[in-house]
Amino acid sequence: MTRLQRWIIRVTLPAVALVFSALGVLAQQGDKGFVPLPPGQSLQEQLPATPLVFTAYAFVWVALLVYVFILFSRLKKVERELADLRSKTRASRA
Amino acid sequence: MTSHSRLVPLLLGVAVVMFAAAPFVIDTAPYESSMGLVQRIFYFHLGAAMTMLTSGLVCGIASARYLAKRSASADHLAYAAVELAVLFGTMVLVTGPLWARKAWGVWWDWEPRLTSTLVMYMLFVAYLLLRRFGGAGSEVLSAAIGLFGMALVPFVYISVNLWRTLHPKTSVLPTLPKPMLVPALFCLAAFLILYWALLLIRMRMEAARAEIDAAYLSLED
Repeated sequence: MTRLQRWIIRVTLPAVALVFSALGVLAQQGDKGFVPLPPGQSLQEQLPATPLVFTAYAFVWVALLVYVFILFSRLKKVERELADLRSKTRASRA
Repeated sequence: MTSHSRLVPLLLGVAVVMFAAAPFVIDTAPYESSMGLVQRIFYFHLGAAMTMLTSGLVCGIASARYLAKRSASADHLAYAAVELAVLFGTMVLVTGPLWARKAWGVWWDWEPRLTSTLVMYMLFVAYLLLRRFGGAGSEVLSAAIGLFGMALVPFVYISVNLWRTLHPKTSVLPTLPKPMLVPALFCLAAFLILYWALLLIRMRMEAARAEIDAAYLSLED
């Protein structure tokens, strides 16, 4: 065994040991953080779908109603302005 | 204009009746086996998305016509179509994440369908901003943006087939079982009829605005 190989073994072995011991510590911490579901128990749904479905449909309805209301208000305003201008144009011609 | 004034109330009436009946029609659809209740967002999401894509196509064709012939009515149509594309695009971008939150576990994912839809939506918003604040001559530049928006429409549609993605593919609609297909087509028809009515109203408003501009010019002369 050459001097370089001996040196590599001296450095590598402690490094590998350090990594494995760190993984062991992390694994123990993981055991504390994640608790497995006891056998025979079923998991309840965490995120109910009803509020999401309700929000989606409500948003579409409200957006359409608001847009239609704004559109008709704008149209009314523009048509009123046009009628005023037409009468002014007629008056200026006469 | 007279035929429009008769057609618009009819279309609006049909759309209102269909939207009022939509919850009852959707209620007849069975639950999807893996997603359950949240899949029901699909029926309005699909209608809004197809209407947005239709509006993008209408805008692009009208913009091309405006660029070629400088037709004022084509410009009015493009402007109206873009505003509606933004309206229905907003619905798509709100209902989609609400569905994704439950189905995928996230509100948003940077996958091809969602990203390309967002880019197209932003192009249409840019069109509206340009028309609102761009001043004289912004019609030509915004028509070019409208063309880019239309170019994205087929890309948005087939993106789910070209790349591996979380989003359902285009084959979903033709392969739907009849109890799910009927509500989907019903909602799609409701959205498209409403779109047609709103487009005619919006065009009428643009025509009136153009007439106002012309009247001011004649008064100044």
